[in-house]
Parts: sequence; C-alpha cells; structure tokens
Amino acid sequence: MFESNGAPRIGVYVCHCGTNIAAVMDVYAVAAAAARLGGVVVSREYKYLCSDPGQELIQNDIREFKLNRVVVASCSPHLHEATFRAAALAAGLNPFLVQMTNIREHDSWVHADRRQATQKAVDLVRAAVWRVRRHRPLEKGRIPVHPEVLVVGGGIAGIHAALSLANAGRHVYLVEREPTIGGHMAQFDKTFPTLDCAACILTPKMSAVKSHPNITLWTYSEVTGVEGYVGNYSVQVTRYPRYVREELCSGCLECIEACVYREAKFADRFNYGLGRRKPIYLPFPQAVPQMPVVDPETCIQFKSGKCKKTCLEACGERQAIDFTQRERVERIQVGAIILATGFRTVDPRRMPYYGYGVYPNVYTALEVERLVNASGPTGGKVVLRDGRKPSTVGIVHCVGSRDEKTNRWCSRVCCMYSLKLAHLIKEHTGAEIFNFYIDIRTPGKGFEEFYQRLLNEGVHFIRGRVAEVTDWALDPSEEGRLVIRVEDTLLGTVRRIPVDMVVLATGLEPREDAQEVRRRFNITCSTEGFFLERHPKLAPVSTFTDGIFLAGCCQGPKDIPDTVAQAGAAAMEALALIDAGFVEQEPNTAWVREEFCSSCKTCVALCPYNAISVPAETGKATINQALCKGCGTCVAACPSGSIVQNLFEDEQIFEEIKGVLAYA
Amino acid sequence: MLELIRRKMKFQREADPNWAVELGKRPGCERIFACIQCGTCSGTCPLSIYMDFTPRKIIALVREGFRNDALSSQTIWLCASCYSCAVHCPQNVRITEVMYVLKREAIKHHLYPKRFPIPVLAQEFYEMVRRRGRNSEFWLVLRMALKTSPLSLLRLARPGWELIRTGRLSLRRERVRRGFELERELASTREVI
Amino acid sequence: MSHDAPPRRRGYLYFPGCSLKATGVAYEESLQELFRLLEISLEELEDWNCCGATAYMSIDEGAAFLLSARNLSLARRTGFRDLLAPCSACYLALKKTQDYVQRHPTVREEITGSLRRAGLEELDSIRVRHPLEVLYHDVGLERLRERVVRRWRGGPLACYYGCQAVRPYDEVDVPYNPTRMDELLEAVGVPTVDFALKTKCCGGSLTGTIHEVGLRLNYILLKEAARKGAEAIVTICPLCQFNLDAYQAEIRRSAREPVDLPILYFTQVLGWALGGEFKALGLHRAISGGPFLKRWFTARAEVETYV
Repeated sequence: MFESNGAPRIGVYVCHCGTNIAAVMDVYAVAAAAARLGGVVVSREYKYLCSDPGQELIQNDIREFKLNRVVVASCSPHLHEATFRAAALAAGLNPFLVQMTNIREHDSWVHADRRQATQKAVDLVRAAVWRVRRHRPLEKGRIPVHPEVLVVGGGIAGIHAALSLANAGRHVYLVEREPTIGGHMAQFDKTFPTLDCAACILTPKMSAVKSHPNITLWTYSEVTGVEGYVGNYSVQVTRYPRYVREELCSGCLECIEACVYREAKFADRFNYGLGRRKPIYLPFPQAVPQMPVVDPETCIQFKSGKCKKTCLEACGERQAIDFTQRERVERIQVGAIILATGFRTVDPRRMPYYGYGVYPNVYTALEVERLVNASGPTGGKVVLRDGRKPSTVGIVHCVGSRDEKTNRWCSRVCCMYSLKLAHLIKEHTGAEIFNFYIDIRTPGKGFEEFYQRLLNEGVHFIRGRVAEVTDWALDPSEEGRLVIRVEDTLLGTVRRIPVDMVVLATGLEPREDAQEVRRRFNITCSTEGFFLERHPKLAPVSTFTDGIFLAGCCQGPKDIPDTVAQAGAAAMEALALIDAGFVEQEPNTAWVREEFCSSCKTCVALCPYNAISVPAETGKATINQALCKGCGTCVAACPSGSIVQNLFEDEQIFEEIKGVLAYA
Repeated sequence: MLELIRRKMKFQREADPNWAVELGKRPGCERIFACIQCGTCSGTCPLSIYMDFTPRKIIALVREGFRNDALSSQTIWLCASCYSCAVHCPQNVRITEVMYVLKREAIKHHLYPKRFPIPVLAQEFYEMVRRRGRNSEFWLVLRMALKTSPLSLLRLARPGWELIRTGRLSLRRERVRRGFELERELASTREVI
Repeated sequence: MSHDAPPRRRGYLYFPGCSLKATGVAYEESLQELFRLLEISLEELEDWNCCGATAYMSIDEGAAFLLSARNLSLARRTGFRDLLAPCSACYLALKKTQDYVQRHPTVREEITGSLRRAGLEELDSIRVRHPLEVLYHDVGLERLRERVVRRWRGGPLACYYGCQAVRPYDEVDVPYNPTRMDELLEAVGVPTVDFALKTKCCGGSLTGTIHEVGLRLNYILLKEAARKGAEAIVTICPLCQFNLDAYQAEIRRSAREPVDLPILYFTQVLGWALGGEFKALGLHRAISGGPFLKRWFTARAEVETYV
C-alpha cells in the first residue's frame, strides 16, 4: 500500500489565508520546512489557496511535477475539503490522495506566540505528509435509486407533496390511515387570514390526487414495516378492509340511505362526537375516495350475522359491499419516503381547571370548527349543548402551550385560529366575544391586518391567561353561566366575565404514536417529540436518515402556507434524489477482512445505522456500504481487528501520530 | 382636585437590579426571571382583588429591582400562602416563596406600618414559640390585639364566648416540657442563601 | 446519616400541632375515636414543638425549617414509619422542610449543623402523612364500607379541602379537583356535592388580622356551598374549620343572609358512620349549625347493623 502508484511525489501547499494564518506564524518557514521532508517534490505558500488561481496553482503543479499526493495546510476540511478534492480530480489525480491539515482553527486562531505557532504548523504539516503517503486511491460508490416515492399521510402536506412529484412525472404511493384523505384541513370551516373556505381550496387538490395517473392512492391503509436504505426501501403496507370493493363502488351512497338504522346513532369521529353516523358511513361529504366504509363494531351484520343487508340490496347489480373482505398486505419498493403524518391537539382534560368534560359548554377549537361548518353536525349553527345560541363567548388562548406543565412550546397557529373563530362565531351568532391571551402572535402575511380587522369588529381582547373556568356565581347575572376569572393585565385589574360558551384554543403536539412511527422509519425525534429535521435552519425537510423527508406538522407546528411550502420542498428533495438515478457514497466506509472475522457478532448490535449483518451462508460479518456512515464504532470494537475503515486505516493514523511527535 | 394630581415616573436610579439577581439565588426563587407576565397568578389568587400590586406586578417589580415598592406593598402581607399561584404558573415560578422572601426582607428593614397586625402577629408568634416551643392561641391573639388595636377585642367577644362555651378556648400556657433545645439555635439562625 | 435505627413500631405517630389542642380539639377527638373504631393505634409524638406555620416562614426561614427539623428528628427516634399531621399548616411545614433539606444543599448544611449543636440527632426519613390519604390508601374504601353501622339520613355535604394540604405537594390529593374526601364519605354512605370552591383559600389567619377581607372569603365559601345544596361543609384543616365555623353570626348580620351551616371534620363524619359517639367525636364543640347537628347527630340515633 505504501507506493500504490509509484514512489510518493508530494506537493505541499501552505495557505496564508490572507492574514488569518500569515499574521500569526511564519508561513514561509513552514513551506521551507516541508520542502525538506522525504517525498516532497514541491512546497509552496500562497495567499488564498481556495481561490481560482490558488487551485490552478495546485493543478498546474500536479501536471508539471507529476504529483501523486497533495497536502494542503490551511483552514478546516469542513470548509474546503470538497474544493481541493475536486481540484485534484480535475487535474487527473484521485481526490482521496489529497490530505488537508488545519493550521488555522487548530493553530493560528488559537495561539499567539509566533515561534510556537510556526513550530506547531511544521509538526502538523509533517504529520499530514507522513499520513498521505499511506493513502490509497478510492472511488465514490454509486447506489442505484428506485424511481418511486412513498408519501405517508394524506393531509394537505401529503397531498401537495404527492401532486408535486406526480406532476414531475414520478410515480407516487400515497398511503393514508383514515378512510379518506384531507387530514385536519378537511375539518376546518374557513382558513385564516383570507377566510377562504377550507373545503373549497382543498377538494380540488383531493380530486386531483384521485384522478392523477401517477398517484396510487391507498386509503384506510397503514405502513406496517420498512426495511432497506436510501434509494432502496422495501415497505409493507397493510390495507384494512372497508368491506366495500373499491373497483365496484360508484359512490352513489344509496347503501347509507338504505341502512336498517333509519337514524344515525353512533358518535362520528370526524365531528368529534358532536354528530352521528350509521354503521355504514362516509366520513364527510367530499371524502376522497368517495366510497363508504363499514364499521364492524356497530354494524348488525358483523355483530350478529343476521341483518337484512338492505345496503347490499340497494347496491343493486354492482354488489360492491363485501362482508367477507379481509386485510391485505402489499409490498412496494420505493426510492424515497416523505413523512407527512400530521399532528394531534392537546387533550384539554389534562387541564382540569378549564372544565372540559366537567361543564357541558366548554368546547375545543376543533369542535367549534365543526359547529361553524355548514356541513357539520349542526348545519353551521353555533349552539350550546341545549340548542340555545350563546350571547357571550370566551376564547381561551394557550391551552396546553407555553406551559411547563404540559407543552413548553408555542403552537404557532392558535392565535390566528382563535382570531378566526372569534370572527366566525360573531358572524354566526352576533355574540359578544372575549379573547384571553398572553401575546397575540401574528407573524405571517396578512396576519397582523387580520388582527386589526378583528379589533375593528369589536371583539374584546384581554391580555391575561385564564386561571380557571368555574360555575361559581357571585351575583344573579352569573347564575347558570360559566365564569372566567382573569387578571386583565393591560387594565391592571382582576375581572370576572360570565360567558355562555368557552372555547379552548388547544395547542398542537406530536401524534400519540409518533415514537412508534419514528422507530418504524428509523428516524429520530426532538425532545418535544416531533420528527427531527437534519438541521433546523438549513435542512428543515430532510432527516438524518438519507432518503426520508418530512413535511407538515409532524416536524413541528405550522400553518397551511408553511405546510404547503415544506411539502413542496420535501417533494423537490425527494425528486433530486430519485432523478439522479443513483446516490454517491462517500468512500470513508468500513469493510470486513473476512479472513480475520471470527463471527463474534460484536459489531452487529453496535452499529447505529443497522448496516452490519452476518448472512448464514458465509457466517462472516458484512457491512452494507450504502448504510455505513463511517462512524468507526465497529472498527474500534472488533476484537480481531478485522474491520478496516477507508481513509482511517491503522497505518494512516499511526503515521500521522508519529509525524506530529517527531522532532525533526 | 388639584392636590390629587401627582407625577408618576420611575427613574433607573431607583432600580437595584443586583437585588433582583440576589433574590433569584434564594431557594425557591430560581425562576423569577422566567416569568412571562401572563397574569395567571393574579387571576387565581383569592386575595389579588385586595392588593395594591397584584402578584404578577410584584414579580415585575422584583425583576426590575424596584425594591422599595415591593417591600412596602400591602400585597406581601395579604398573601395567605395558599399556593394557588405557584401551582397554576405555566413557568413554574414559585410566587409564594417569593412572597415569603419579601416578607422577611420587609421585617428585617422595618418597612411596614407600625401597628399593622400581620407582621405583629408573626413576631408575637415567633417570640412565643422561640421561648416555649409551642404557641397558646388565646394569649397570642390577646397580645396581638393589644399591640395593634385593642378595640378589636370587642369584635372578638362573641366568637370568644362561643369558643369558651364549646370548650375550645384554652387558657393554658403551652410549652415543651423538657426544655426547648432549640432556643439558642433559633436565636442565631439567618436567611439561608 | 444515623446508623442505629430504632426497632419498627406498628401504627402511626401523631403530630397534633398547637391548634388541635385548642380551637381544633374536636379534630383530635374525632381522629382518635375514628382510629380506635378502626383498631389502628395512634400515639402522640412526645414533646413535640410548634411547626411555625406561616408566621415563622415570614420572619426567618432557617428558624422555620429548624422547628420542623426538631420534630422530624424526635419522630425518627420513636421507630414509627409514618408521622400523621392532621393540620394542613403543620403538614405543609413538615413536608416542605423534608423537601428543602433534600433538594437544597445549603439548607441541608444549615439545618444539620444546627441540630447537631442543639444536641439532636440528624434528620432522617420518616414519612409525613395526612389522615386523609392514610384513610384512603392504607385503610381503603372497602374496609371503611364494611365497618359502617349507621345509615346517613341527611342531605348531601360539601367537601372542602382548603389549600396547604393539596398544594404544593400532591400526595394528599390532586390540587385542581381533589376527590378523596368525597370518595371516603360516599364509601360510608354520605352523599356529597361538588362545588367549584373546594380548594379556594379560607383566608387562613387573615380573619384574625385583616378581618373584613378574611370574613368575605369565608362568606363566599359558605354561600356557594349552600347554593349547591350542601347541608354542611366537611373540612380537613382546623383553621379552615374555625374560620368557617366561628363567624357565621357576624356574616348573618353583615351580609344580611341566613347562613347556619355546620362545619364538620371528615373524621367526625366517618366516625359517626362507623358508630362513634356524639361527644367522643367532638360534635358538641360545633359553634354553627346547631339545628342540623341536633337532627342528624343526636346521641339517640340508633346504631344499626348493616347487612
């Protein structure tokens, strides 16, 4: 390995980095000292090696002096390793025969004594020179990428990501757990700040998903297994039986009409239990796919086996209802996965002082969205549990947000949706509305203007976090109503405000099964429990697992415009991955010298990326080069020393150490 | 009416930010700088409607270092230590402990009206227990009433009679029998920083 | 850390506090009677000292902790595992001392130093308990139900928990919507009403110092309990009991409202259901609510055996 391409002919380049390095040490002396090292053919100093002329200087030397190794003594490899490797490659030298040594962050930026800094740089350069003699040429690996993409979650994020990819000509699987796509957005009435009807802007996209030739839509289905690695994921999708055959159903909904239950009796989840449905039902009128689903828990046929099955009768010739339908498992291969699994709202029962579940007229924001919605359980009438219209309504902000006892974070959308609900409730009932807040957060486009609109509509804004909601009445005007006791911090006084209806602006948090899901996909979560992005500023849609991307509220609370933007970004990054057709692999991976492997399997459990396996045929450990990230754990752990890591081989490291410690 | 017009301005020279930082180091007061002034404490406090500064305002005054305002307030004496504020606070600020610290500071610097019953009661209680190890309710209330407002004893006549009638009024001077080992120690304790 | 732990003793060590020997004597009487009926031994901590309540904490924090530290140190010597503190203020003082000594090294240093100088042993762990949760956990609803001998024939009662037993420490019950007292009463056949003010402060010592303020807090509690249909209020703290009990005549006068609610200790109600006698339970010490007490708690009421 020593002279893998002839005797070493090393070029050493010492950068001034302007005055960053040159002001502290004598770069000329360093270059001169390097010139005296064995194998060094040319040694130069230059003002800015990373510049075009700087790189050209190196490239000319490579060609002229037939260099087969290059050492660059300058800044941190984090900044310019790629630059110098690319420059070498362009001049015909294998990029992995270039070694950088950091004499800026590790020397000139942390020392002041000129003589000592210069000596240290000389030692560092010598170490790099001795090391680079042991480098071997390496090639970047290429892993082929499967051209299809899986989008998990059919809310607005998943829908937009799927459409973006489909429009780019890619085939997308869109898997959604509920019987219909649409997610939370389908439950909203109007969206802030424009007061666009949510269904009106969402349903065209939902239809587009249904009819797009490039999208395979699987609803009432869940991802139950994921294996593989970037570009090559094997996914198992379990399709739950809706007891209606998709290929036969025409969406006429006569079966629901004909069900033996004349009246809808069972609490429906879409309306948070405020409405009723039959055992055979459509989640909401604009559901996609437009076909009913049968609930075996409440359907008489399932419970007793003795139903007249009027639904089947009404279906006529098509006979699309099939009580014998069973769960099916599909297996697909995809190159990239986008997770768009959404959020859940905080359960207000965790805050008993707000009286949810104790007093009947305390509602959550989503329940009120359903009340206000014309296609909701009350036909758009905002009424109390006993059917009366409220004359005073209190909207409580920050329920389960900004609270050390529940969730510390701000849920970002509640101020805006509380303003929206204030407007809608006032429009529907003419009631006097009070919003109780800590701060009004209106950062988006048109948001502050929306707040101004609400102020002008005469909605009361009281700055004070509601301490409790109680039925304790101090005088006749409070009898039979709910009293909100709060400090109006702006007026500087404590107030008692009797209301008929309390709306809790519940915050957003990760879904109940977020931990289970993230384990299934092998990604990580932040301490709050949302899926973790690779970098909070610069990589908000990718994860630490290559090939898996995030979109929407599963990554953190956000409103619809940000969700759509993020979904588009995720689709784009997924597209970039699969469009290239392959993924380049950094060659600093580890590999096993099988003749030394004793099959002890120590390495298998230690690998944080699950990259090592011991196949039965060979009994020897083998490392999947696509999954290996070059962390070095297995290399260090192997008791027989049979694992080698490219670019960090034992000889290379020992030479570097010897080089630093040698006193020339 | 003219005499009612007063100028209200707070100058930075009146503020002592170091005092706030010192207070924040006492056990129980660690989170005063985390307060977001949401007002939940005042909203739940049963006595906030009687206070000159609500609990939230006291925390604001303390943070900004307005020592005199905080220590001369009625608030700290009206606090009944019911802990409603501390339990409700979304930032886990232990407001009740802050109130105790302020009470102790106010007593140390004598920043309260001379015959104000609450610190007087506390001090009588303190002395009685320091010497005898237990307090005797009747004698305590009597001493306090005599030192603050003797006329209040008239108001206490009816409840007093009821207590005698039901055998709940004890004239005994309670004390710890074996001698109170702590008497000397109690004389020399100080604020635990 | 002491090495010579005394031998374990069964039953509970009892810390009365100054109140239970004076205005709150009915609490002590009913507690002792109830434990006697349940055949659980209760022994008073010998030579206990005052807990300091809120007064000491308002003057000198170190002194306040020291008072409780002495009690805990004496308690540890007895060999009992649990120290029962029925008065909410005493309960909180003892619990808080234990908590602070554990969590704050400066407090621990100060207190253990002072104890040593005073010739007392170091602090060690004894569990500070409150009779409410002892009855709930250690005795349990089933055992109480089995021993009921009297059927309640009165109306519903309102359970009032007060502050310092349920805040800031939540071992006695949860701070926002405590129900253990209600459950205990229901278990012995006494119906309860829920009222939103069950953990609202009674004013504590304010009724004695700033009388009007304290009085109004009590008035609010009495009025709301009555509004919800309660025939009496049941308490766990002697100061709450005194405040609510002693000033009803004055409230009747100043608020011009007829209020005459008996204020009972939960141990009295439980003791009554289990067959305790009127005087033994301290029921003769009530100031307000005489007519109600005469009707439902007369000594003439027969003791029924339950099937």
